[in-house]
Amino acid sequence: MKKCTCSVCGYVYDPAEGDPAGGVAPGTAFEDLPDGWTCPVCGAAKDAFECE
Amino acid sequence: MQPVEIKKDIFWVGAVDWNIRDFHGYSTWKGSTYNAYLVMDEKITLFDTVRAPFKNDLLHRIHNIVDPSKIDYLVVNHVEMDHSGCVGEVIDRIRPEKVFCSAMGKKALIDHYHREDWPLEVVPNGGEISLGARTVRFLETRMLHWPDSMFSYLVEDRVLISSDAFGQHWATSQRFDDEVDTSELMDHAAKYYANILLLYSPLVTKLLASVQEMGIPIDVIAPDHGLIWRREPGRILEAYGRWARQEGEPRAVVIYDTMWHSTEKMAKAVADGIQDEGVPVRIMNLRACHRSDVMTEVLGAKALVFGSSTLNNGLLPRMAGMLAYMKGLRPANKLGAAFGSYGWSGEAVKLMTQAMEEMKFQVVDPGVRIKYVPTHDSLRDCVELGRKVGRSVKEAF
Repeated sequence: MKKCTCSVCGYVYDPAEGDPAGGVAPGTAFEDLPDGWTCPVCGAAKDAFECE
Repeated sequence: MQPVEIKKDIFWVGAVDWNIRDFHGYSTWKGSTYNAYLVMDEKITLFDTVRAPFKNDLLHRIHNIVDPSKIDYLVVNHVEMDHSGCVGEVIDRIRPEKVFCSAMGKKALIDHYHREDWPLEVVPNGGEISLGARTVRFLETRMLHWPDSMFSYLVEDRVLISSDAFGQHWATSQRFDDEVDTSELMDHAAKYYANILLLYSPLVTKLLASVQEMGIPIDVIAPDHGLIWRREPGRILEAYGRWARQEGEPRAVVIYDTMWHSTEKMAKAVADGIQDEGVPVRIMNLRACHRSDVMTEVLGAKALVFGSSTLNNGLLPRMAGMLAYMKGLRPANKLGAAFGSYGWSGEAVKLMTQAMEEMKFQVVDPGVRIKYVPTHDSLRDCVELGRKVGRSVKEAF
């Protein structure tokens, strides 16, 4: 699964890790994140992310 | 208006703002400074500028060293307007050969000032330029605390120009950490961290680790606000490490607002209970304490107890504002509880508890509600709540 980088702050979403603090289980693909999910570092929306 | 030399040929040329009392919601009871630094080398280089109304302070100070038109390079470490507000006028005046900034800095400068004609040159993380005798290394510090933020490290001089990190809002005639009272300096630095950088704590931890990995020796940390760290730069690095871990200390804060003093009585009883357990506590009435001073106490405390009466089925507005402000700053690893008096419905305790849950605090008790005015007997529940909080604090260490 692809890693995606926040273009605002550089945070990398790694599907293997998920975003446990944001309620996203490990193994969740970036595409499967809910629409309202935001970058845990800077709060940017999903469309601010660039995937490998 | 003499310039201050911080190392040979490196000068502070910033401005002191003795009058500012509110910095977009942060109470600057003792003013602030906007620091800028001038390096005299083959390429004369200015690091950052100042807030717009202070442009003449900057230019006057530069004039005492060199004609501003002789400046070759401008480095913009941070585009926020307290550092770039006069950048347009300064660029028009000095006509620099190059303006160095981060990739995000270039975007931010264009979005702020709409001047595509400026000679902006993006420097990568770890990139270096030579000023002649000196090398400047740039460290990208995205989201510390804006996307564009970066540090400039003067390699041969071991000086870190650290943008908004390690700063303090404090207007003084002194410029260095060894010229002022250390405990007051650390209080201002803690307040700055709690109100500006707390939510970026995971990035602060990473940054400190990468600085350590790079093994760069640091003699001087020159931030964009407040005093320059030359006697003990390690002191502020160590403090940032501690604050970023958000472990807290074994003490508590009771934060409350009250309508007719019933919730205030409860606040005192809760604090008594906390003290009974030998845990130091501070009581902060939101009518007396500014939200940014409350955050300074929150930074170091392990437990937070919130009190509000119920107004119109909700919270008193000062408490609602405090919680909204606090949520944005993301304090972590706290223990918490709530209390409040009410007349008929009494939603405040539930709402404060929900806010704590959203911040992932460990709520140690469902909270205490008392109808209208407490009695000596009903205040026992508040003392008991305080004791429970106190015991939880002790168990956490």
